[in-house]
Amino acid sequence: MTMMTMMTMMDAIDAAIAAEMRTDPSVLVFGEGVATKRTALRDEFGAARVRNTPLAEGIIAGTAAGAAATGLRPIVDLLFAPFLCYAMDEIVNAAGKLRYLSGGQFSFPMVVLAHTGGGWGVGGQHNHNLEAWFAHAPGLKVAMPSTPADAWGLMRAAIRDDNPVLIFTDMALAYAPGELGETAVPIGQARVAREGSDVTLIGYGKTVPACLEAAAELARASIAAEVLDLRSLKPLDEAAILRSVRKTGRVVIAHEASRTCGIGAEVAAMVADAAFASLRAPVRRLTGPDAPVAACFPLEAAYSPAPAAIAAAARDLMGDHVPRDLALAV
Amino acid sequence: MNTEWMIEALERMMLIRAHEETAAALQQAGRAPGSCTAIGGEASAVGVVWALGEDDEILTNHRSAGHLLARGADPNRLLAEIMGRQDGYCGGKSGPLHVSASELGVVLTSTIVGGELALATGVALSRRMAGREGVVACFFGDGAACQGRFHESVNLAAVWGLPVLYVCENNHWQAFVHRDETMLVDSIAARAPGYGIEGARVDGTDVIAVHEAARHAIARIAETGRPYLLETVTYRLRGHFEPDDMAYVDPQEHASWAARDPIDLLRNRLVGSGALDRATLDGIEARVARRISMAEAFASASPFPAPEALTTHVYA
Repeated sequence: MTMMTMMTMMDAIDAAIAAEMRTDPSVLVFGEGVATKRTALRDEFGAARVRNTPLAEGIIAGTAAGAAATGLRPIVDLLFAPFLCYAMDEIVNAAGKLRYLSGGQFSFPMVVLAHTGGGWGVGGQHNHNLEAWFAHAPGLKVAMPSTPADAWGLMRAAIRDDNPVLIFTDMALAYAPGELGETAVPIGQARVAREGSDVTLIGYGKTVPACLEAAAELARASIAAEVLDLRSLKPLDEAAILRSVRKTGRVVIAHEASRTCGIGAEVAAMVADAAFASLRAPVRRLTGPDAPVAACFPLEAAYSPAPAAIAAAARDLMGDHVPRDLALAV
Repeated sequence: MNTEWMIEALERMMLIRAHEETAAALQQAGRAPGSCTAIGGEASAVGVVWALGEDDEILTNHRSAGHLLARGADPNRLLAEIMGRQDGYCGGKSGPLHVSASELGVVLTSTIVGGELALATGVALSRRMAGREGVVACFFGDGAACQGRFHESVNLAAVWGLPVLYVCENNHWQAFVHRDETMLVDSIAARAPGYGIEGARVDGTDVIAVHEAARHAIARIAETGRPYLLETVTYRLRGHFEPDDMAYVDPQEHASWAARDPIDLLRNRLVGSGALDRATLDGIEARVARRISMAEAFASASPFPAPEALTTHVYA
């Protein structure tokens, strides 16, 4: 058995970048402070492949799109998700559309990194879960890891992908250490984080640990919750979602992003469309409010669905149904 | 420039003009969506594009037909693209506004004003990282020069030493708004020193002056390792989009620029000097007319893409 490496999600991302840069000379990384803060990368790969930029998200993303169209595989760090508003045109209108508009003449193998979610108390202009905006735009892929191992695997897959991929890193999870495996994590493949048969708890990013905590609490009440970590939001792993829903018949979807038109709405609609007959209760969404994020810690913490709320929603869906394992016991 | 070059330039400018007028006529006949023409800008297109090397790349904007045809685009495929047909450069998915042609080094065309400026740095970065000589020419208008991306792009290209030839085709119109309403200064090239780079302003109605200025700019990019800002001063003689009644245009201003039509200027110069006789000119005119009429026939005969094309080329 090999020794497991412990690493934070941010270190795992850097390790993935370094691994890809070693094998593919067309990979380079740039963004504001990239060369200053990622000293190991700068030292190993030099100033041409690890570049600082001005604080100008639009031109950073545009430069990545132009470079991607002409033979490089750029990774850009745009720091915080709300800053993507400055880079929206380049990501959505250029990287996402120009392959299609050019009739397939160009492709855009680029990765956009940004922090998202609460955890640092940095307030609404640094903390905003925008993943659904980009999942809605054609031509893009969106992933959001919940563990360092997934961050490492998804990052490697994203760099190798011939399409623009956005990887959002949750601020609360970014510097928590975890075991780093050696497994590839294909984009578009969800992970069963815990097996269960009574109710499916679906999360991504920060709500995965919340769902796992809720599942542990439910287990004490003899309710077997399955926890599904979506990992990729576009493409969504429909097969994994439907497989779990058909098994449990009950779904709670939890995400930190605002409710309206969020990823949870997509999952709920997809479940209703494809697995309605399997449902034993309505699909329940637990989300952040349709409000900006406040900086103060209690309000920031209240924004994201807490384990207790997820567990309560699951219990509510169980209603009068006696969990199957108990029914067998009596 | 020798006489032969000038006569070839004249023919190409006439081809561009005929192509654009045909595209406008097709719109009026309901056979094509409205396109954005660059009538009056032919000298700028041919003058700059003919200064580029074969391996150089181009990023352009929604008024791209001149740049494409100057580069050698096939009028058949270009008109087919404008009409949304399968045999167009982008299989009909671009239409008139986002035409790109990788085989011509035309890397993407942006209809988002300033989008070409945002991508040009990346294309030049690829060139620099691969150690390739030459330049990336980025064509934009005075409208895009009012975009924040202009500043971001030129600044980054200057700081990183990227070989971008920034070509501002100052045609005085930003959609339906005259340039005078949106900037207090005449010259966009005057901004160059503010970025630590060189720039120049040239009469965009004179193909020879434009060509010489572009060659000088490209040489300076090679010498300095920095981008260069070239402003060609032209005038958009036709409306923003088809159809456009141009009721907002001052007729006197329009007339004064129409009197400096770049095609007329070059033709008169060649005829006046005796370099071009009537018979040769007739021959050029007939050839251009035949070429465009052939393109129209080709494009009209090309089918629309099949419905399956709706979702192809979304992902690589």
